[in-house]
Amino acid sequence: MTTDHSLLAEGLTLGYKDRTVIDSLDLAVPPGRITAIVGANACGKSTLLRSMSRLLAPRGGRVLLDGEQVHRIPPKRLARTLGLLPQSPVAPEGITVGDLVGRGRHPHHGVLSRWRREDDEAVAAALDATRTADLADRPVDELSGGQRQRVWIAMVLAQRTDLLLLDEPTTFLDVSHQIEVLDLLTDLNRSLGTTIVLVLHDLNLAARYADHLIALASGGLHAAGPPDQVLTPAMVQAVFGLRSEVITDPTSGRPLMLPLGRHHAPAPAD
Amino acid sequence: MTPAAPPAAPDTGRRRTGRGRPLWLLAALGALLALAFASVAVGSREVPWSALAAAFGGPVDGFDQAAVAKRVPRTLLAVLAGAALGLSGAVMQGVTRNPLADPGILGVNTGASLAVVTGIAFFGLTSATGFVWAAITGAGATALFVYAVGSLGRGGATPLKLALAGAATSAALASFISAVVLPRNDIAGGVRSWQVGGVGGGTFESVSQVLPFLLAGTVICLLSARGLDLLALGDELAAGLGARVAAARAAASLGAVVLCGAATAVTGPIAFVGLVVPHAFRLLAGGGHRWLLPLSALGGAALLTAADVAGRIAARPGEVDVGIVTALIGAPFFIHIVRRRKVRAL
Amino acid sequence: MSTSTVEAVIRGRRHRARRRRTVIAVLTALIALAFAAALMAGRTFYPPGDVLGVVLGQDVPGASFTVGRLRLPRAVLAVAVGACFGLGGVTFQTMLRNPLASPDIIGISSGAGAAATFAIVALSLGGAAVSAFAITAGLAVAVLIYLLSFKDGIAGTRLILVGIGVAAMLDSVTAHLLDRAAEWDLQEAMRWLTGSLNGAAWGDVLPVLAALLVAAPVLLHRSGELSLLRLGDDTASALGVRVDRTRFAAIVAAVGLIAFATAAAGPVAFVAFLSGPIAARIVGRDGSLFVPAALVGALLVLAADLCAQFLFEARYPVGVVTGVLGAPYLVYLIVRTNRAGGSL
Repeated sequence: MTTDHSLLAEGLTLGYKDRTVIDSLDLAVPPGRITAIVGANACGKSTLLRSMSRLLAPRGGRVLLDGEQVHRIPPKRLARTLGLLPQSPVAPEGITVGDLVGRGRHPHHGVLSRWRREDDEAVAAALDATRTADLADRPVDELSGGQRQRVWIAMVLAQRTDLLLLDEPTTFLDVSHQIEVLDLLTDLNRSLGTTIVLVLHDLNLAARYADHLIALASGGLHAAGPPDQVLTPAMVQAVFGLRSEVITDPTSGRPLMLPLGRHHAPAPAD
Repeated sequence: MTPAAPPAAPDTGRRRTGRGRPLWLLAALGALLALAFASVAVGSREVPWSALAAAFGGPVDGFDQAAVAKRVPRTLLAVLAGAALGLSGAVMQGVTRNPLADPGILGVNTGASLAVVTGIAFFGLTSATGFVWAAITGAGATALFVYAVGSLGRGGATPLKLALAGAATSAALASFISAVVLPRNDIAGGVRSWQVGGVGGGTFESVSQVLPFLLAGTVICLLSARGLDLLALGDELAAGLGARVAAARAAASLGAVVLCGAATAVTGPIAFVGLVVPHAFRLLAGGGHRWLLPLSALGGAALLTAADVAGRIAARPGEVDVGIVTALIGAPFFIHIVRRRKVRAL
Repeated sequence: MSTSTVEAVIRGRRHRARRRRTVIAVLTALIALAFAAALMAGRTFYPPGDVLGVVLGQDVPGASFTVGRLRLPRAVLAVAVGACFGLGGVTFQTMLRNPLASPDIIGISSGAGAAATFAIVALSLGGAAVSAFAITAGLAVAVLIYLLSFKDGIAGTRLILVGIGVAAMLDSVTAHLLDRAAEWDLQEAMRWLTGSLNGAAWGDVLPVLAALLVAAPVLLHRSGELSLLRLGDDTASALGVRVDRTRFAAIVAAVGLIAFATAAAGPVAFVAFLSGPIAARIVGRDGSLFVPAALVGALLVLAADLCAQFLFEARYPVGVVTGVLGAPYLVYLIVRTNRAGGSL
């Protein structure tokens, strides 16, 4: 679990039928760290994530996992190393939590293999880590939004991958659940060394939890690096078109972005 | 989220078509008259020009003249039924805010059929008025049912849920129709020929029996035009603008169901007219329901008459029933709409 | 990770597996019972001993013909056709993530029906030729719907709606053909269209069995991956499923099953649609539904045929019974799915 994998994009160009969304992007994901990707709506964050996990074939360039092109790796083998939690996953009606989390073990099952003790343990560990063990027999569609998101994360955890990609895992959650999910991911990273890449909308949460921050704009990389280097008023203006001020958050020591609308003035300099 | 979005382009499009709409009305009326004439002049039997006099009160003493004389009530029925279906479709699309709403797709036709078939089989219905009432009852009950089922759950009556509820209900009701008709050899023939959807049996008598219903339905629908414009904005916005949402919706639906039921009672189920015509006019002429409703009525009349003429020419000396022609035109159009729209928007 | 959680997980899994095994065993037993009843019952009642003798190939006077040539092929056909419809239906519903996405509704049955009606009415064909037409048309319509709804990939919603449109068109063609038909052809066409096991002979049964033997293993082999498709294309892909390939194989297999079954018995109403949801209710939604749905389908057709033959004064074709009984359940299902905010 603590093996370091290298995941990088070289000259990556992505698009859908008539639009190019990402153009010649070069990107390296630091192994064993938490990386957050931020950017304006429709700037390509989800597209990038999907292409890194083989869901979208690149128009140009390539994505390399440990030197191998991701799109050439057989899907099941890839799924044992790299896990993805997409946006808005669909829970089939009536499925129980235990069964859904169990689906995460699929990449480890061959054509004829049966369920083993190791699988049960993976599922149990995932349930414990997300504190959903007592929900194991409940149908997923009866759970609240926060509980459901934790269950999906448990499924991805049961996959036991060294890399974990999450597409907007906190977008529809209220603030306490957002923090819960992010704390959980931090635990995972600290205890098992899992490389985590997540797309986040909230700049401040991204700055607080990520070790490495990537800002996308206009189909390309605007900035990449530690949060205190990347999160600056200049970046916020360029990527979001927003006036802002950046101070240091006293609780975490990380940068904190204060948006300035038309009705607010910057704090007087002292 | 880029700063300073470009200013919105001035809305010249709307003003342009605004001037065009009366022209479209005239064009549709003109087309209808031409088609009506064609319907009398042309048919599955070739007649010489002299026989046409029979249509306008001339002598009816040969086969040719008789054939022409029969075409007049048939044309009249096609015009009236087509107008009713076009208008009903436009109203239903407005009420359900659903581009795929059409009496046929929503299973309303099958409901009307089941009611009429049940009436014939078990209650000895024979009069046209009886058929009409049965058809309206069946149409109304089915419409209510399909709408209720389709609007349960998340998102209300989305096009997909409504279409599926309609298709499933239609299939279910069709089974019931089979169950009623199969063991009854006595009524099977008559029922079947009614079911295909034809204007061929049109007589002045059947038209006159259905006319009051058609008039009532038309009046109600045309009066709902303003309410439909407001409903198009969504229930909450409409209420905020002062519309009585439930009442407006109920009144419009009543008009649509009466029209659809009345038309179906005489011609049997004819699908797709109510779907194709409003869409075509929305694309061509735009505008609110005050224009769309009359245009749809005229367009529906023209379409059904044209389909009838086509059906009579295409398979001389026999004929292809108008319900099949409309389905053959309408289904590809339906599929085209489905393909054009982004799936999310549906 | 606590041992109690592991134990709870194991317990849950074993419980689900046990429930599945029990249900499958019960369904199989019920099918056997219905099968036996179908062989024994009729205008002449044959005791189990005679029936067993015929099945084993002995020559039992009287029974050999009635049971061996009439009832046995009919019962076997019922089971085979039911299994085909059940499997095909549940595959479509799983892939399109929608319980209402049944071949009945999205046009394949309509295509087979129109072709069969054409063959009977316009070409005055019968028997195997009609079946051939029906199969070809069913497959062609499936391809057509697939192509028409393909736009940057397949969206379930679009497929369903296109299917409904195509079905409406084909149904009207069928209606037109029926209207023009001569009395004799009409009867036969209508009987075909309602779904009937009348006059079943071994010649009808064998193609269906062959289709089952070929397609069923394909589906069962991929049942794990197909279940994962219910989690959404992205999630399934992320778990290592080759989505397009799996879906394609499944569609081909399912359409094949449906086409062959429809060719043999006509479109028996609602069996394809109902088998999956019924199986889901009794087995629970956790495991793969394929085997239970096949069994439910077989049981439905067998039981419905028994009812259709003996329960009423008139002898109805099996499609009428499944239609009339299926309709309220269909409606109930829509209501329930919609209300639960399900994927409709």
